[in-house]
Amino acid sequence: MTPARLASPKDLSALRDRLLQQRSSNKTIISVCAGTGCQACGCESVLSALRAKITESGLDSAVEVKATGCPGPCEWGPLMTIHPEKIFYIRVSPRDVDLIVDQTIKSGKVVHKLLYKDPVSGQSVIHEDEVPFFKKQMRLLIGKNNLIDPTAIHDYIGLDGYQSLAKTLTTMAPEEVIAAVKKSGLRGRGGGGYLTGRKWDSCRKAPGTPKYVICNADEGDPGAFMDRSLLEGNPHCVLEGMIIGAYAIGSSEGFIYVRNEYPLAAKNVGIAIQAAREYGLLGADILGSGFSFDIEVSRGGGAFVCGESTALMASLEGKTGEPRAKYIHTVEAGLWDKPSNLNNVETWANVPLIIDKGADWYAGIGTSGSKGTKIFALTGKVNNTGLVEVPMGISLREILYDIGGGVRGNRKFKAVQTGGPSGGTLIVETSERKIHDSMVAHGDLREDEEALSLLDLPVDFDELTKAGSMMGSGGMIVMDDDSCMVDVAQYFLNFLQEESCGKCLPCREGIRKMLAILNRITDGQGVMSDLEELENLSQVIIDTSLCQLGGSAPNPVLSTIRYFRQEYLAHIQEKRCPAGLCKALVSHAITERCTGCHACLKSCPTDAIIGTPKQLYSVIQDKCIQCGACYQICQYDAIRRVKRGEGETLQRQARERWTPKTKPESVPVG
Amino acid sequence: MSTTIENHYDLAEAMIEIIDRYQAKSTALIMVLQDIQRHYRYLPKEALELVAQKMDLPIAQVFGVATFFRAFSLKPKGKHHICVCTGTACHVRQANVIVDKFQRDLGISPGGTTPDLQYSLETVNCLGACALGPLVTVDDSFYGNMTVPKVDRILGTLRGDGKTGDEQEEAV
Repeated sequence: MTPARLASPKDLSALRDRLLQQRSSNKTIISVCAGTGCQACGCESVLSALRAKITESGLDSAVEVKATGCPGPCEWGPLMTIHPEKIFYIRVSPRDVDLIVDQTIKSGKVVHKLLYKDPVSGQSVIHEDEVPFFKKQMRLLIGKNNLIDPTAIHDYIGLDGYQSLAKTLTTMAPEEVIAAVKKSGLRGRGGGGYLTGRKWDSCRKAPGTPKYVICNADEGDPGAFMDRSLLEGNPHCVLEGMIIGAYAIGSSEGFIYVRNEYPLAAKNVGIAIQAAREYGLLGADILGSGFSFDIEVSRGGGAFVCGESTALMASLEGKTGEPRAKYIHTVEAGLWDKPSNLNNVETWANVPLIIDKGADWYAGIGTSGSKGTKIFALTGKVNNTGLVEVPMGISLREILYDIGGGVRGNRKFKAVQTGGPSGGTLIVETSERKIHDSMVAHGDLREDEEALSLLDLPVDFDELTKAGSMMGSGGMIVMDDDSCMVDVAQYFLNFLQEESCGKCLPCREGIRKMLAILNRITDGQGVMSDLEELENLSQVIIDTSLCQLGGSAPNPVLSTIRYFRQEYLAHIQEKRCPAGLCKALVSHAITERCTGCHACLKSCPTDAIIGTPKQLYSVIQDKCIQCGACYQICQYDAIRRVKRGEGETLQRQARERWTPKTKPESVPVG
Repeated sequence: MSTTIENHYDLAEAMIEIIDRYQAKSTALIMVLQDIQRHYRYLPKEALELVAQKMDLPIAQVFGVATFFRAFSLKPKGKHHICVCTGTACHVRQANVIVDKFQRDLGISPGGTTPDLQYSLETVNCLGACALGPLVTVDDSFYGNMTVPKVDRILGTLRGDGKTGDEQEEAV
C-alpha cells in the first residue's frame, strides 16, 4: 500500500478498519523481541533463521514474523510470543527454530523445553499472561510492545493508534485537553513528579512565541531503561502524546533529545517521525485540522547532567550541557529563552491513554496522590530482571517477590536502590537488628521502637519521599548481602564526580572531597571523624548547589550512613569489609569445599591460583589482586572473602580438612 | 583560511557533506560532531576548526562541546571499540572484574587505546540493558552476562578474524 496522506480523522479510521479487515483473525503472528536486551542475547540470528524457515516451509502467507519491542523480562531473551494463542517461549536460539515451526506452527503442539518454568513448583507455563512475572503487572504502556513492529506505523494504527489525537483535534479545545490531563492527576515520570497538567497550563499561559515541546529521552540514570524500551518498542505512542501536548500548549515545534547510548531508540523514533509525516500525522495541517506541528530528533553527547531540563535545553541549542539557575522556569523561558514544556518519555506515553479512556478512568488507578501506572526497571540481584509496569501504590514486597521472584541464588535481601544516583536512596528491611541499631544511632528510632518494614510501603511519589527515599525515574536495583554499602556510596559519588559539569563549586569540589573521604575509608585509612565530615559536607552541597544533580548528590552517602552505619564502622574501626568487596580490606581464600574443578584457575587474571585438577586449589596471597573473578565463577561456594591477612590461615585449615570429592556435592546451577 | 584547510584535508569534502546534512543549524552541533567522530573515530583539530567556520560558531563553543561530552575524543581511537557498562546494575554484578580483565589483557586503562590503534577500552555509565549485566559492547555488538572466560573468547575472536557477530549466541 502506498502511503497516503490522511486528510481527516475519518481517513484515519478508514485506514484502521481496512488494516483490521486485511488481517484475518486466524493468521499466526510470531513476535520476536528485537529490543536492545534481546539483541544482546542474539535475537537477530533467531529472526533470520525463523524467516528463512517460514519461507522454506511455504508458510509466508499464513504466518507473519514480527520484530517487536520489548515485553519486559530481558534476561530470558530472546523472547518469542506466538499470537493469537499467546504461547510464550523464552531463551530461544536459532537451533530451536525448526522445532518451533514444525511442532507449534504446523501441528499446534507446544515445545516444552522453551516454556517458562516456575522455579518453585517446576510447572511449565504456556501462555504469556500466566507467567507470574506478568500476572501482577498492569501493562497499560508496555503491554502493546510485543504486538507492534516499531518501524511499521500500520501496526500502531491497527491498534487504534492516533485515535486519541483524532479525538483531541476534532472534539477538544486546548483548554479541555489541559483540564483532562490535570484531572487525571498525571505526574512527571522523569523523577520530579510535578503535575503534568499544571506544567502544560503554565506553558500555554506564558507569554512569547514560538513555544517548544520537548521530550526528555536522555535517560542517564544507570539502572533505568523504561524510556529506551518505550522509544524503541512503541515510538508512535510517544509521538502521539507529544502532538496532543503541543496542541494543548500551542506549540508548533518539538524536539526529542535521545541519549547517545541508545542508537536503536534514536533510529526507531526517526523512522516513526518520517512515517507520521508521510501520513499527515506530523507536519502542516495534521489530519486536516489546521493544526501544524513537527518534531526533530536530537542525539545527546553522553552527559548525565543533560537529563536536567536547563542543561538539556542548552545542549539542544548546540552548547555545552550546563544547567542554569531556575528562578525563571523553563515553561516561561527555556529553549532560546522561549516558553518550553519538557516532559519525560513515559509521561508523554501516558497522554494518549488519558485522552482515549478518560481522565476519570485514569484517576481511578493508583493512590490518592499518584495516578496511573509506573514502569520500573527491576535489576541487580533479583531472579526475574526486566521492566515491570505496576499500578501506583503496589507494595515493594509484591514487586520484589511476586514479580521479581525474590533474591537471586537464595542469598539474603539487603536493600533496594531507587531514584538513580542522585536519588540514590535505599529501601531496606528495617526490621533487621543491625539496621534497627543504625537507625537508632541516627536518631530515626527510639531503642524500644520497632520500625515498619519499608518493604510493605506502597510505592508512590509521596510515600517514598516520606520514607526518605524517592521514586526517581524508576530504576530499582536489588542488592544482596554480597553488596557493600560503602562501595555503593563510593560508586555513586565516583559517578557523580565524573558527571558533574563543573559549573558550580559545591558540586564540583564538594563531591570530590566526599569521594576522597570514602576512598580513604575503603582503603582502610578511615577515621571516626570522617562520618561527621561526610554529613557536614553533604549538607553544604545540598544547600548550595546550582542544580538538582548536585543538590541530591549526597543522598547515596546519607542514606547508607543512615541505614548501614555498622558497615561504615566495620570499615573504619575494624578495617574490615563485611561484604568482602573493598579490595584493600579483603583476602581471597579457597576452602575445603573445593572440588578441584579448575574453573577459578582459568578465571584468575594474575595466575594467583595454583593446584592440580581434582585436588584442593589455593590462592597465592602475594599475587592475588582481589579482583573477585574466582569468587564470581566458583559454583561450589568454595571461595571465601575474608579480612585482609586472614586468607592464608583459612587455607591452612582447609588443607587439613580437605578430602577428595568423588562427585560434586551439589549440582551447579546454570 | 578555508582554502588551506580544504586543500590539506581530503576529509574536508566528507565533513562538508556531514555539516550540510544538518543544514548548518546550530542545534545540530552535537550530531555533526558525532558523525565526524564516527567517521574518523575521533575529532581532528582541523575538523573542529572547519565545523566552527562552516556553522558560523565560535571555535570556543565547538571546542567546549567537543570536550564536555563523553562521546567525543580528541585523540584517535582504536579500530575496535570495547565498552564495559559500569552502570549501577552492572556494578553490583561485578562489572569491575570485567574492566580489570580487559585492562590487564589489553594493557590499557579505561579511556586508553593500544599503541597499534587496534583497541580502545572505555567504560560507560549505563547502556540500558541492565537486566543482562555485566554488559559489554564491542563495536556495535552487545554481550550480556559477562564473565572472565567470555572476555577471553571475545578477545580471541577479535584477534583472530576481527569478527564478533558469531559470538552473540554464547552471550546468554
